[in-house]
Amino acid sequence: MVGIRTQDLRKVYTSSPPFAAGGGFGGSASAGKRGKQPKTEIVALSGLTLEISSGEVFGLLGPNGAGKSTTVGILTTRVRPTGGQAWIGQHEVWKEQVPVKRLIGVVAQRPNLDFSLTAREILLFHGAYFGLDSVQRTKRAGELLERFKLSDRADQMVRGFSGGMMQRLSIARAMMHDPKVLFLDEPSAGLDPQTRLLLWEIIREYNESGKTILLTTHNMEEADALCHRLVIIDHGRAIALGTPAKLKSSVPGGFLLRLRFGRQSPDLLEQLRALNGVREVRANDQNGADLYADRGGSLIRDIATLASAGNVDLQDVHISEPSLENLFLHHTGRSLRE
Amino acid sequence: MNWKCFFAMLVRDAHVARRNFFVLILQTFLQPLMFVFIFGRVMVRSGYMPEAYKSLLLPGIMAISMVFTGVWAVAMPLIAEFQFTREIEDRLLAPIEIWWVAIEKVLAGSLQALLAGLVVIPMAWLILRPGVVFSLDSPLTFACVTVLVALFAACGGLALGCSVNQSHIGLMFSMVLTPMIFFGCTYYPWSALNNFPILQKIVLINPLVYASEGLRATLVPQFPHLSLLAVLVALTVFDLLLLATGLRQFRSKAVS
Ligand SMILES: Nc1ncnc2c1ncn2[C@@H]1O[C@H](COP(=O)(O)OP(=O)(O)OP(=O)(O)O)[C@@H](O)[C@H]1O
Ligand SMILES: [Mg+2]
Repeated sequence: MVGIRTQDLRKVYTSSPPFAAGGGFGGSASAGKRGKQPKTEIVALSGLTLEISSGEVFGLLGPNGAGKSTTVGILTTRVRPTGGQAWIGQHEVWKEQVPVKRLIGVVAQRPNLDFSLTAREILLFHGAYFGLDSVQRTKRAGELLERFKLSDRADQMVRGFSGGMMQRLSIARAMMHDPKVLFLDEPSAGLDPQTRLLLWEIIREYNESGKTILLTTHNMEEADALCHRLVIIDHGRAIALGTPAKLKSSVPGGFLLRLRFGRQSPDLLEQLRALNGVREVRANDQNGADLYADRGGSLIRDIATLASAGNVDLQDVHISEPSLENLFLHHTGRSLRE
Repeated sequence: MNWKCFFAMLVRDAHVARRNFFVLILQTFLQPLMFVFIFGRVMVRSGYMPEAYKSLLLPGIMAISMVFTGVWAVAMPLIAEFQFTREIEDRLLAPIEIWWVAIEKVLAGSLQALLAGLVVIPMAWLILRPGVVFSLDSPLTFACVTVLVALFAACGGLALGCSVNQSHIGLMFSMVLTPMIFFGCTYYPWSALNNFPILQKIVLINPLVYASEGLRATLVPQFPHLSLLAVLVALTVFDLLLLATGLRQFRSKAVS
């Protein structure tokens, strides 16, 4: 049984992104240029401590640039931590890379399939790297291709695959050596709704066989459906952690009503605050307000009455039920959806 | 050290090389053979070059083929994999220390370079046939030099492949490989530079000089050449230097 642990994990990327992407011509040339330009430092993680028990499906949730992929990168030996430590089971990730790599399977956010091979060969060679013998390899590759509905394209070069097919193959490859811990960085990006459901089913099934799974997502529905526990990350920090249900109940009231008025009216907001069941009211833009409450639709009549009494036009109402989205909004003041 | 994994990665490279066999052959042999044909046959037959030039040319062509093949075989996939396809990540996540991934590339590249070098000899001989004089008096020395040249090609490929990015591939050829070949004593012996004393000293920083002079010393010792000891020492030093640079660059590319 293998869990995951991180202790005060920090990561600062030093090269500026255009540099990291462009590099220089030769090491000395880039070193010279770097000397002239001031180094840009990007803090991707600032002290992340997590404890994920074995057999858990754990979710990392957060907006773009929150540090999700960096966390996955550190836990999978691909990114060197600037500070802090990380363990997979008993092994410290940076110091004992080979035993760690034996335990994990990784689906990176960006596709990284071997373009010189066919789908089946990708699985077979991956199995060979992990020491599966040729009978095991062939059997498992066949099963996975079937499971991910890739059998009919199995012997074609992956260069010609669609994005979703590549994504499915990446996930199949990560499962090829039956790793005890599976990392999935935005596994359902680019999948159609049916395939997404298939993937959820496969993830649940894999977890039921006793495996630990860490996945990242922007999708609240996905986090809600799959994760036993999740952490919400923003700017490289954990801002909330718990089961989806517990996190949702931590939002004041649970219901969120996003209102838009014809004009700004501080008096009206004061009156709204006094309504029965309303926990918190925040002005969101010029003419809007976010209202956290423990009931939803039944508040509308009261709101409409107050608004017309104050001569304010109620233009738009959006009610969301208790959800992780509301939670994120509550903690950061920003919506998860772009 | 996980030999199984290392071997599987070698098999993967062999498999891909086999799949691209025809392209690989053209890429490796077309240019040197055209060169052999024009300089060794056309120019000699028409009297612009002396007959002896045929034999002189052979080791140089062998050196070029080996270096070109080795650098190409290691550098090009690395440049693409690190910057564009990222397909190397699967091997970086294999249960083996990451520098073995680089060593595997070097080994595969050296094997390809060796193959290219050994195939060029009979092919060039076929084109040049009458009048080529080469000997293999000391097969062991020849083997040593050839292996060192192959390693130099592959280590050079590793160092270049991990330092150059996609948009600079053209520059790599025009600024590094082409001058190296022209100032590498490939088409002429080092002693031909006797009248250019400064240039003669400067070209000594070019490792290809030792590769072609070393092959000349073992294949066609009748021509003037650098001392074998100097060649062996210089090639060993360059191999180690390039390997160390290559591994360092590889590491910094592989881990962010
Ligand atoms: N190789 C790198 N070099 C420099 N900066 C980087 C690098 N990788 C990530 N960063 C920076 O680190 C921060 C966190 O990035 P990360 O990829 O971890 O975010 P993320 O949560 O995965 O976002 P997304 O949802 O977009 O995938 C960002 O500001 C990003 O610009
Ligand atoms: Mg990411």
